[in-house]
This record gives sequence, structure tokens and C-alpha cells, in this order.
Amino acid sequence: MNAHLLLSLPIIWPLLGVALCCMLWSRPRAQRITSLVVSAGLLLSSLALLAATWDGTVLATQFGGWAAPFGISFVGDMLSAAMVVITGLMAVAVGIYGLAGDAEAREAAFYHPLYQGLLLGVTGAFLTGDIFNLYVWFEVMLISSFGLLALGGTREQLDAGVKYVTLNLVATTLFLICVAFLYGLTGSLNMADLARILPTIDNQGLVTTIAVLFLVAFGSKAAVFPLFFWLPASYHTASAPIVAIFAALLTKVGVYAILRSFTLIFDLSLGFTAPVIGIVAALTMVTGVLGAAAHFDVRKILSFHIISQIGYMLLGIAVATPLAIGGAILYVIHHIIVKANLFLLAGVINRAGGSFELKEVGGLYKTLPWLGVLFLVPALSLAGLPPLSGFWSKFVVVKASLDAGHALLAATALAVGVLTLYSMLKIWNEAFWKAAPAASTAATERWLADTGTRRAMLTPIIILAAITMTIGVVAEPFIAFSLRAGEQLLDKSAYVEAVLGPGPQRSAEWQP
Amino acid sequence: MNSLILLTSSRIVLPVAMLFSVYVLLRGHNEPGGGFVGGLIAAAGIAVHSLPRGRSALLRLLKVSPKTLIGAGLALALLSGLPGLLLAEPYLKHQWAFPGGLPLSTTLIFDIGVYLSVVGAVLTFLAYYLEE
Repeated sequence: MNAHLLLSLPIIWPLLGVALCCMLWSRPRAQRITSLVVSAGLLLSSLALLAATWDGTVLATQFGGWAAPFGISFVGDMLSAAMVVITGLMAVAVGIYGLAGDAEAREAAFYHPLYQGLLLGVTGAFLTGDIFNLYVWFEVMLISSFGLLALGGTREQLDAGVKYVTLNLVATTLFLICVAFLYGLTGSLNMADLARILPTIDNQGLVTTIAVLFLVAFGSKAAVFPLFFWLPASYHTASAPIVAIFAALLTKVGVYAILRSFTLIFDLSLGFTAPVIGIVAALTMVTGVLGAAAHFDVRKILSFHIISQIGYMLLGIAVATPLAIGGAILYVIHHIIVKANLFLLAGVINRAGGSFELKEVGGLYKTLPWLGVLFLVPALSLAGLPPLSGFWSKFVVVKASLDAGHALLAATALAVGVLTLYSMLKIWNEAFWKAAPAASTAATERWLADTGTRRAMLTPIIILAAITMTIGVVAEPFIAFSLRAGEQLLDKSAYVEAVLGPGPQRSAEWQP
Repeated sequence: MNSLILLTSSRIVLPVAMLFSVYVLLRGHNEPGGGFVGGLIAAAGIAVHSLPRGRSALLRLLKVSPKTLIGAGLALALLSGLPGLLLAEPYLKHQWAFPGGLPLSTTLIFDIGVYLSVVGAVLTFLAYYLEE
């Protein structure tokens, strides 16, 4: 397959999903099949993209055939290919999970088109090589996720949805303003072109200012301290599959945007941004984990842990050595799988235990011992216990910070790991270990009676747990891949050349 | 909304708006206009027509649900990009043919897709607010 096809298909599949699911709006069954088929298509075509970029090749295409830097470039390197693969995996896993439970109610409210729209925005954001186009994909993502969040139409959900959309609109507007500044300064929006022009700009102070503004815009998307407040205000109101896909992908697009822009466009070695990111990372880790410790609703605990874990990824970006960037990438991959799985499990706890509120659930280990084991895999992985995926990703990030002399950041990361373990044990003790309240026992019986729901909900959980175990036990290829992807990010020449071709470009001589 | 003036005048507004919207759609090829504006004009015409008549009249007029129109429009826009891919060129690279000097291209298919999506989106929205 050629580069055009490889880079277009991951976007065409979900777009086809939106189109077909809209046309089949009155036939939920046909929508389910369509949604699953296009998600599988997304997964397969993203695997093909990963295979093509595995050896470090950077693929590029220009949608519409207009040459870069004028047209819109789409670029696939190791990082974006890996991110698209993980998106495809989540699309399938959460897609299967979404067939169970109160699926009919969701489907009547336009669930499938919005779900595919969300995937479209996410894959587009991962593959685009144009900063304005990235903004467009953010908007696609925002609109779809708002629709999904408010799907149930309850008072609580609309309240959360309004907060979510308002705070996110502020962030995307800031993003748009940053893009305008950048365009005014350089006359280009193509990221590869920007990578060439920005070092030649005389006013490097202005470049740093724009870089920090971008950090605020993307940081808000990634839910870092102190811009995370939209996340715990909204996530816990959505239904389980929706919040799982949000937790897996939305904040990680923000992390990806930071990772991409601060390696390709802006320089982390400028001396100002990296320390800022480091402090933000530490505070994000700590506030997230403390927020989680204070809550007793599974979804709220897990929402705060998203924030805390984002801190680890930022830590890798702040340290900015090849090892640290590789560690951040491994962390993103590990985190998406584990976090989505935990939210899927939260849905099961709600169904089999009768509530998301830990006080009202109990005794699940006695009746459903295997569910307990399935919970422990992502939970202990999140806390960073060996031999699970979280151990290796934490290990690489912490080692990189120690190597670079950031002992304090490393110590924070380790302490936060211990507190994470505390939260996970809290869920374990309450939902699985303590004696079951009467309402909880009744819910468990209903759960055991409903084989179809059980299969649909447990299959993706088992698959994701197996992947977590695989990354943990056979860590070497995953770590090696992440490190190579990190090195590729730090050496931007291959990216720039893939988009613009070798040799000097028009834009290099362009003067405002 | 029960208004005799609107009821009567909308009979004329609808065909004029539809005709004008198609004109704007085709004009958009090389001059200001295009599927988006054309779609808005068409949707405005249909809206004027269905405001005094209610939701069921809107659905009767359209024959299909406006949601289907959104999907069909997206599907057309998506399809218009595929010939480029089949010729091993970038996605959405539009292909041209000149039978007897008439410039035809896949761009037009894309624009019709935009037109349908816009009509569908506006009318989906409108349908929630129309009286029965």
C-alpha cells in the first residue's frame, strides 16, 4: 500500500462510520454492525500504518494534492502510528462493551454517529501535520464528545456537559489565538515548515511566549494542573463505555499535542518551557492522586487518577532526554489501555454491584472471584507494580529523571505511585472485599443471570488485561519501540524531509 | 405558527430558494458560492416553507429524515476523494474530465455532499423546534 492510502484509511473508516450511522439512524442494529465493522477497519488499517513506519520511515501525504506547505499534510511516524493503533484498539474494545447495558437508550440518542465522530477527531489529530488542521480535529472531537456526554439528557449530564464544553471552548479558542500568532510570526501553519522557520526567527522571546501559550492550551486539553477542573466536573456523569473512551483518548490527544509541538515545532532546550513543564508535572501528579484519595465514587476516583497519570507523561516530556521522551510514549500507550480498562471495570462494578458509590457495593470477590482478578491487573498496573505494564513505564520515566539529575521529580513520581496503590486498594477493599449490602447482592444475582451482557462487557476487559500483562511480561519490544519513537521525535529532520522534501524551501526565505 | 401571509408567500419562496441554492452551488466552482452557502439557502427556503406547516409537513416534503441527508452528504464527500486514492494520488485530489469542453470534476460531488450535509444539519436542528 502506498503512503496516501495508509494515511487516509484511518481517517476514512471513522468518517464512513459517521456517514453510514447517520443514514441508518432509525435502525440501531444496522448501526451496531456498521460501527463495529468500521472500528475493526480502523484497527486493521492502523496496524498496516504501524507496520509501514516500524523501521523508522516517516510517511507523508497531502490531502487534496496541494503541495506542502500550502496544502494540508498528514504525516505518520512511529508515534502517530502507535497512537492510531491504540485508538483502533480502543474503538473495537469499547465498541463491543457498548453493545451491553443500556445500549438501546444510547442508540436512540445518536450514540454511534457521535462515537465514530469522536474516533474521527482523535485519529485526525494524531495524523495531521498542520497546526490549524489540528485545531479543526480538536473541534470535531469536542463537538462529538459534548454530544456523547449529554447523551442521556439528565439534569446532571447537561450540567456537566455545559461545564465541559465551556471550559474546553476556552482552551480551543486560546489554541486558535496561538495559531494566529504563530502564523503572523512565520507565515506558515505546516508543522514541518514551522520546524524549519522558527529557529531562524530573530525574536526568540516571542517564540517562547507563543510556546508557553500553546502549553496552556494543550495543557488544558490534557487536564494538567491547574487547568484540569473540567475533567472531574464532567466525566463521572457519562455512562461507562462513553467515559471509558473519553478517559482513554481525550486527554491523551492533549498529551500527544504537547509531545508533538514541543519536539517538532518548539525547542524544549530553550531553558524556560522544560522547567515549567517539570513543575506542572509534579503538581499534576500530586493534586490528581490526592483528589482521588478523597472520593468514594469509583468514577470520580478514576477521573482524578487520569489527571495524576498525565503528570507522569509530562514528567517524561520535561526531562526531555531521549530515554525520558521514550518513557513518556510508553506511558501514554500503557495508560490508555489500563485506564480504559479500569473505567470498563467500573461499569461492571456498577452493574454487578448495583452502584458506582463504593459505600453501597461489596462482596464482589466472594461471588465473582475472576472479576476481582481482572480488576487487579489494571489496578496494580496503574500503581506501577511489577510485572505489569505500569511498572516498566514508571521505571523508564523515573530512571530518565534520575539520570538527568531530577531527584525531586523522581521522588514525587514514586510517592504518587504509592498513593495510587492506596486508591486502588480502597476500591478493592470496598467493592470486592467487605461484606455485601443487600442491594448489592440483588444486583449481583441479576448480573449472573444476564449472560449476553456479561459476555459483551467482559470480553474487552479480558483482552485489555491480556495486553497489559503482555506489555508487562514481554516488555522489551515495547520499550525498544517507544525509545526508537522518542529518538525519532527528537531528531526532526526525517519528519521535515518527509513532508517538504530535501533541500531548502520557499518558506525558509520568506520574510514577514 | 398559523399565518396566512407566511403560508401563501412560502409557496413562492421555496422553489425560488431551491433554484437559487443550486445556482449558488454550481457557481461556487470558480466564484464565491459553493455547497455550504447553497445548502444554507436551501435550508432557509425549506424552513420558511415548514414554519407555518409544522414538522410532519417538513418530513413529508423531504421524503427522508434530515439525519439521513447528513449521512448521505458525508458519504458523497467521502466518496469524492476516493478516485484520487485509486489512482495512487493523495486522498481528495480531485479528478477532472472535459467531455465536449464541459469541465466536470469530483469536486462537484464533494460540494453536493457539503450541500446535503448542511441542509440535513440545519433541518435536523429545526425539526426539534417545529410545531407538530
